[in-house]
Amino acid sequence: MTDAMPPAPTNPQPIVKEKLSRDDWIMRTCMIIIGLFLAAFILLPLYTMLSKSVENKDEVFIGLANYIEYFSTPALFLSAGNSLTIALISTFIVLIVAFVYGYALTRTCMPFKWFFKIIALIPLLTPSLLGGISLVYWFGNQGVANGLLFGESIYGPIGITIGSSYWVFPHALMIVITALSITDARLYEAAIALRTSQIRTFFTVTLPGCKYGLISAGFVVFTLVFTDFGVPKVIGGNYNMLATDVYKQVIGQQNFQMGAVVSMVLLVPAVIAFTVDRIVQKKQVALLSARAVPYEPKPDAVRDTSMLIFCSIIAALIICMLGMAQYAALVKFWPYNLELGFSNYDFDVMDGGGWDAFWNSIYMSLYTAVIGTAVIFFGAYLMEKGRGFGAGRTIFHMLAMLPLAVPGLVLGLSYIFFFNNPANPFNFLYGTLGILVIVTITHFYTVSHLTAITALKQMDPEFESVSASLKAPFYKTFFRVTVPVCTPAVLDVSMYLFLNAMTTVSAVIFLYSSDTTLASIAVMNMDDAGDIAPAAAMAMMIAYTCAGARILHVLLTHGLLKHSQAWRNR
Amino acid sequence: MDATMDQKPYLKIENLTKNFGEFTALNDISLEIYEREFVCFLGPSGCGKTTLLRAIAGLDIQTHGVIEQDGNDISALPPSERDFGIVFQSYALFPNLTVDKNVAYGLENRKLPKDQINARVKELLDLVGLPEQGIKYPAQLSGGQQQRIALARALATSPGLLLLDEPLSALDARVRDRLRGEIKDLQRRLGVTTIMVTHDQEEALTMADRIVVMDHGLIVQVGTPQEVYGQPKTAFVADFIGTMNFIPGIVRDPGTVSVGQSTFACDTAGHAQGDAITVAIRPENINAQDISDGDANVVDAEIKSLEFMGSFYRANLVGPTFGDGDVLADFSANLVRRKSVGIGSKLPVRLPAEFVQVYASSGS
Repeated sequence: MTDAMPPAPTNPQPIVKEKLSRDDWIMRTCMIIIGLFLAAFILLPLYTMLSKSVENKDEVFIGLANYIEYFSTPALFLSAGNSLTIALISTFIVLIVAFVYGYALTRTCMPFKWFFKIIALIPLLTPSLLGGISLVYWFGNQGVANGLLFGESIYGPIGITIGSSYWVFPHALMIVITALSITDARLYEAAIALRTSQIRTFFTVTLPGCKYGLISAGFVVFTLVFTDFGVPKVIGGNYNMLATDVYKQVIGQQNFQMGAVVSMVLLVPAVIAFTVDRIVQKKQVALLSARAVPYEPKPDAVRDTSMLIFCSIIAALIICMLGMAQYAALVKFWPYNLELGFSNYDFDVMDGGGWDAFWNSIYMSLYTAVIGTAVIFFGAYLMEKGRGFGAGRTIFHMLAMLPLAVPGLVLGLSYIFFFNNPANPFNFLYGTLGILVIVTITHFYTVSHLTAITALKQMDPEFESVSASLKAPFYKTFFRVTVPVCTPAVLDVSMYLFLNAMTTVSAVIFLYSSDTTLASIAVMNMDDAGDIAPAAAMAMMIAYTCAGARILHVLLTHGLLKHSQAWRNR
Repeated sequence: MDATMDQKPYLKIENLTKNFGEFTALNDISLEIYEREFVCFLGPSGCGKTTLLRAIAGLDIQTHGVIEQDGNDISALPPSERDFGIVFQSYALFPNLTVDKNVAYGLENRKLPKDQINARVKELLDLVGLPEQGIKYPAQLSGGQQQRIALARALATSPGLLLLDEPLSALDARVRDRLRGEIKDLQRRLGVTTIMVTHDQEEALTMADRIVVMDHGLIVQVGTPQEVYGQPKTAFVADFIGTMNFIPGIVRDPGTVSVGQSTFACDTAGHAQGDAITVAIRPENINAQDISDGDANVVDAEIKSLEFMGSFYRANLVGPTFGDGDVLADFSANLVRRKSVGIGSKLPVRLPAEFVQVYASSGS
């Protein structure tokens, strides 16, 4: 390699080509393997789907004919408009509610903040289907409060909007809280010193300070609602949305080509939202100076009381959604026999997968949490701490960011196209629990990857340099230093993966087999078959499991931090 | 000219260049460092000193050029295949490992028996003066203690070369002063060839056997602290290290310069008659004692302001010789008291020829 390099024009000496150490070789190889995994399980399936969308049923290339057909079929095209409308309305509602709720939690002296924080996160523990089921019991034809709708049907845009707003609320809230937490108290002191009115301060300091957070939350909510499948499936009635169209085209009509076309349409706003969000996130970073003083709210009776009332109403609504699902799950025969019992939990006598589905979900979620965390954290480590190989690391990062832009339904459908092909060497995965684990890991890869990267970035970048000088192999430092120091982040990632694996429907709906039905899918199937009460019961099983996991996570993290207090506190 | 020159070079750097894209961080640098020597890379931020250190360590390999350590070409080797110990400004101690484990970290990779490792760890902790701290975690130690542990860890494997990357910058002044002496003492006792990067001239002057002054990716001067301070090669070095007065002037004839309305003698080698030059002299070399009429290199000055510095006064002098600028001079407290010098006092001062440096005028 000494003579191959051409000399630089200004320097007659050869360019020094670094000899790679054994560690460099191992690290690069591992990173390439994980990168290839991402390429094989995200890029290639998506490519296969793209090519399906320009083929006819006999797999002959027909250009954009499918797309032309799609856009000239009013029934199909209408769904896009419906999805857009619902997503926009839900985004508007959720943003306002989340902002006020988040404001109350961060900028007021409202009592019981901890309680409201916990309640607001409940929807994260349940599949999106649960909200829909609850709404059926509240406002459905035999609902307890259907009079409140004044003759309007809950099955349709109203139900979808309420159900969607319910389950995306915590996603928006978390972003808003983060945005509202990073502020500089001195800005407010300056505003007071300049005798600025509270209203003016709000519009000139508070809002501009968190505008990137709000924009980001807006895009997240929009994308989630736009691409969600669970809520419209349960409560959508005859109101067609893009996500349900994909399902109908593929499962109902076996029209895979048109399913691929609708998926591509579904992908467009998701990709746009993703791109804008990335740009906005970059700007957010620059906003926070290291010397900012944290804001401490002062008591204000009127404000604090009105916020308490507002938050109580929202919290009550959330509890009503969960509570009704629980009540319905226990009621023997709605609405005729309101006695309570556990007959609806006897899943084995219903269609939909029975208790096996629940256990499958547990296994699948555990595998996803364990394998996913290991792969994602190790990949992030290799990317963040590896030496040289800049191009490879950039490509790896892009691959890791990609899943965030791909709706679960689209990913799931693309997996069918890719893995159901007998010529595919991974074909053996089709119909196994393995493919469910893989699709869940890839679907939720990005957020986990970013969490890991953030934790890794907080570590001294010279640990690796010191280790190399001490001739310690990288894996020794990885296991003895990096992993222990990053354990809280590792736990966060595994919890995130576990909760999502328990509750997800969209990515796995096309990929389960009769042996690998999952709890969330059982909810949908039982609901489909009219067994709404057992569906509610199963949804509640998921909720208990997630709540249990969440409590375990809190205890583990707490115990760990206590145990490692000696070295963690600076 | 240097006591270490009779030894063989331990580290040989030849024509080292480092480019970051369009930016040249190191520009064709050559340098030899001798065994047991303590060398400081000194310069302002962005001068390339850390880049040079990282190239020597293999952490950021140079674009061109050769580095030889102990006769072996290590130019392209990764850090793990080089022989050095390193201490960073951030200490980079592993936070979840005790002090003992941190120090033992490099020893464990040598597959030594456990009791031998323990003995070596104890020896090192004694060496850095922290014998009882082994079971603590780094976060439980003060900054100065952490830095000494980092030093012990770097020295544990007895590397041939010790690299210190601004090791004292994160510490407060008092601790820094003490550690300065301790590190230097330890280095002398162990005889380990050491390179330290610093932007602190005082650190370099007190600790180094030789100082390598760098600016804009180039080595400007290499020399003992006395040489670098006493005979700075360029106006940059003169200005960067210590305090220096610069007065514009012209070479009148060889050995004489005219400055303002005065002329005085100094070494003008390297400058032609009529050249615009800058005359430089340090404040402590301007003296006001024992001046008789007719002495050479004596000019009239007036004290514009006087700053009490504790052991001496720093005077701001103006006068026809000094042109528009002010000139700083250090007067002993004794002198100020004896001569009752105050603001507005006029007195003759001497600029001894042996302390006057002449540089080409930077404007030309």
